[in-house]
Amino acid sequence: MIKQLLPGFRMVLVLTVLTGLLYPGVVTGLAQILFKHQANGSLITRNGKVIGSEIIGQNFTKPEYFHPRPSAAGSDGYDASASSGSNFGPTSQKLIDRTKASVAQLRAENPSFKPELPSDIATASASGLDPHISPASAAVQMERVAQARGVTREQVSRLTRRFTEGRDLGFLGEPRVNVLRLNLALDERFPISR
Amino acid sequence: MTPNGILQIVSFFLLILALAKPMGAYMTRVFNGQRTFLHVLLRPLERLCYALTGVREDVEQRWTQYTASMLSFSLFSFVFVYGIQRLQAFLPFNPMGFSSGHAPGNATAMTPDLAFNTAVSFVTNTNWQSYGGETTLSYFVQMVALTVQNFASAAVGVAIAVALIRGFARQQANAIGNFWVDLVRGTVYVFLPISLLIALFFASQGAIQNLNSYTVATTVEGKQQVIAQGPVASQEAIKMLGTNGGGFFNANSAHPFENPTPLTNLVQMVAIFLIPAGLTYTFGKTVGDTRQGWAIFAAMSVLFLAGAFTLYYFEQSGNPNLQKLGIESMASASQPGGNMEGKEVRFGIAATSLFGTVTTDASCGAVIGMHDSFTPIGGLVPLFNMEVGEVIFGGTGAGLYGMLLFAILGVFIAGLMVGRTPEYIGKKIEGKEVKMAMIALLATSAAVLLFAGISSVITFPKDAYWNGSYGAATGNLNNGGPHGFGEILYAYSSGAANNGSAFAGINANTPWYNLTIGLAMLIGRFLIIIPMLAVAGHLASKKRVPVTSGTLPTHGPLFVGLLVGTVVIVGALTFFPALSLSPIVEHFLMNQGRLF
Repeated sequence: MIKQLLPGFRMVLVLTVLTGLLYPGVVTGLAQILFKHQANGSLITRNGKVIGSEIIGQNFTKPEYFHPRPSAAGSDGYDASASSGSNFGPTSQKLIDRTKASVAQLRAENPSFKPELPSDIATASASGLDPHISPASAAVQMERVAQARGVTREQVSRLTRRFTEGRDLGFLGEPRVNVLRLNLALDERFPISR
Repeated sequence: MTPNGILQIVSFFLLILALAKPMGAYMTRVFNGQRTFLHVLLRPLERLCYALTGVREDVEQRWTQYTASMLSFSLFSFVFVYGIQRLQAFLPFNPMGFSSGHAPGNATAMTPDLAFNTAVSFVTNTNWQSYGGETTLSYFVQMVALTVQNFASAAVGVAIAVALIRGFARQQANAIGNFWVDLVRGTVYVFLPISLLIALFFASQGAIQNLNSYTVATTVEGKQQVIAQGPVASQEAIKMLGTNGGGFFNANSAHPFENPTPLTNLVQMVAIFLIPAGLTYTFGKTVGDTRQGWAIFAAMSVLFLAGAFTLYYFEQSGNPNLQKLGIESMASASQPGGNMEGKEVRFGIAATSLFGTVTTDASCGAVIGMHDSFTPIGGLVPLFNMEVGEVIFGGTGAGLYGMLLFAILGVFIAGLMVGRTPEYIGKKIEGKEVKMAMIALLATSAAVLLFAGISSVITFPKDAYWNGSYGAATGNLNNGGPHGFGEILYAYSSGAANNGSAFAGINANTPWYNLTIGLAMLIGRFLIIIPMLAVAGHLASKKRVPVTSGTLPTHGPLFVGLLVGTVVIVGALTFFPALSLSPIVEHFLMNQGRLF
């Protein structure tokens, strides 16, 4: 055992340099050259200021915007420095209370939508930073968004379809709508005159 | 279940089936020291590693020396990881000032018990995390301590498996290979080049890779959003390929910066199974009968598919308590249906269920959905997968040596039934092998059940050292009723199985949990590895016995059935009482509408 100590110590050092410094260094260098935008967080800038990331959800509460899913990240949700799910189990009273409140709010904000709610819109995501909602969850909110912007539901619907991504390679994952990108497009196409 | 969901699971499996042979053949050559197409580039690097460490490539070791080398390497690995974490305030690449006076308000302190737990966790290939990465660790710790162990602990696992394979393949031999050589070859020829490719692919899809300070954004509605950054893609690649599973961020692979698209998600899952599946072929090839490897592969596949479809069925069926609130549970073309609490829209139900199965079949433990929020039977599948020892493809190396442990037990049981001395791969399985297999099995099961039992009842004075403000060890739970017990059971199952996933509602960052889960991880790693190396040494010294008409063939459906049966029965006998107190009873209570 004693004879093995020195090689053990040296091997940890050698592998540390190889896999802990060289490897991440090379990946960082290549990623910064080849995929600079993605490697730095797919940030969106407006007027020189960062307003968020294309692939990180952020909260929306105003009626003229599509709203994302409930979030358990940080104390107010959508804290991108403290990702987290709710970790409520299926028989958790807290889960039912929170979902009840979300359902009530959704019903109040979107009174014209009567059918059952899609499964994603009143439940918290795993990361708390889900950038997407399902197309059905966008449909729930279209009437409200259209009214708030003084346009027809059909106009909002058409824009939403343009921002709906299908399954990857046609079968992987789920169809989805990126909330931030859709809302930015709404502001561009149907600005609200204040 | 939807046709598209089934298609996702089946096509993933076919991909693994197609990759097992080429990957296994490549690893056979690597660990035999034969030339591969990468030798032109990597052979100098391999030789440099030996030169710098004074390792003699041509000298082989007995199993005792092999074990001593492995323990020495693990010991220094632990010391390094512990030290770097504790000193992170004084080390570079710490833009958020963790462990210093400038740390953000939500930062977690790097206490000695947390550093101990994390060091054990990454050295044992568990990657249990009592902390959230983006609120605790500097980029230096993530790269130089954790990424290194992601490589090293995975390469150690493969080395042990390769040594055990040699035990079966060799006759009347003293030596089972050289630990240092196996470690270096695995790292240099297998893990590094594949990780590099995967990391760059992840980065192209949106995984971040930088050393920037966290970005402060002003959202569209004028709020401040701090966006965590870091060298994620490089760590993410080896995290999956090495079946480590420790997330850069708290949300692990659910975080869009770790796993941005369904396509990266597929690559993540393939990376988890790639080496474990390949090793079954390496096994068959090395012992001179590839059918032996495919039989192991087949047994793993049966258990994998059963788990994946069970989990998927129950997650897609959803939670009746949410349906009562007016939430749709049927999937349609425009929404995923099912139980979406703790899941991401881009992945949906099928991919999350598949990932949950894959990550706990293997000793990965990365998650794209919160297992704590799975339906009861959806949560039972990961628990069961871990409790049978993660032999369903399993961790890199760990899965194969774990499954070979069950093969030894399986032929032993079959031998008892027909009254013949059992044989496996031409080697007589005698008292010593069975004893070693039982030590491994009993030690890990005892660690799970004893620690879970103790934590269910033990109380500490409030605000005392051991469990802080929580008092009783049940005070750390996020859920009540049977699910609360599930959080404890999951924690120790995950630790002892070296998985690292969690029913993450439990607040495990207290000295009590950090220490006991740390011990469970050590037991689950070394009390399997050391007995398995003893078996390897013992088998290598034996002669092969000739195949006769009385030999139980171990390459056909009968043996596959025997192996699956052994795994399920051993798992069921050991853990059924504990499982019935948690997910099983919770399933019935959920359907009755009981809440806690």
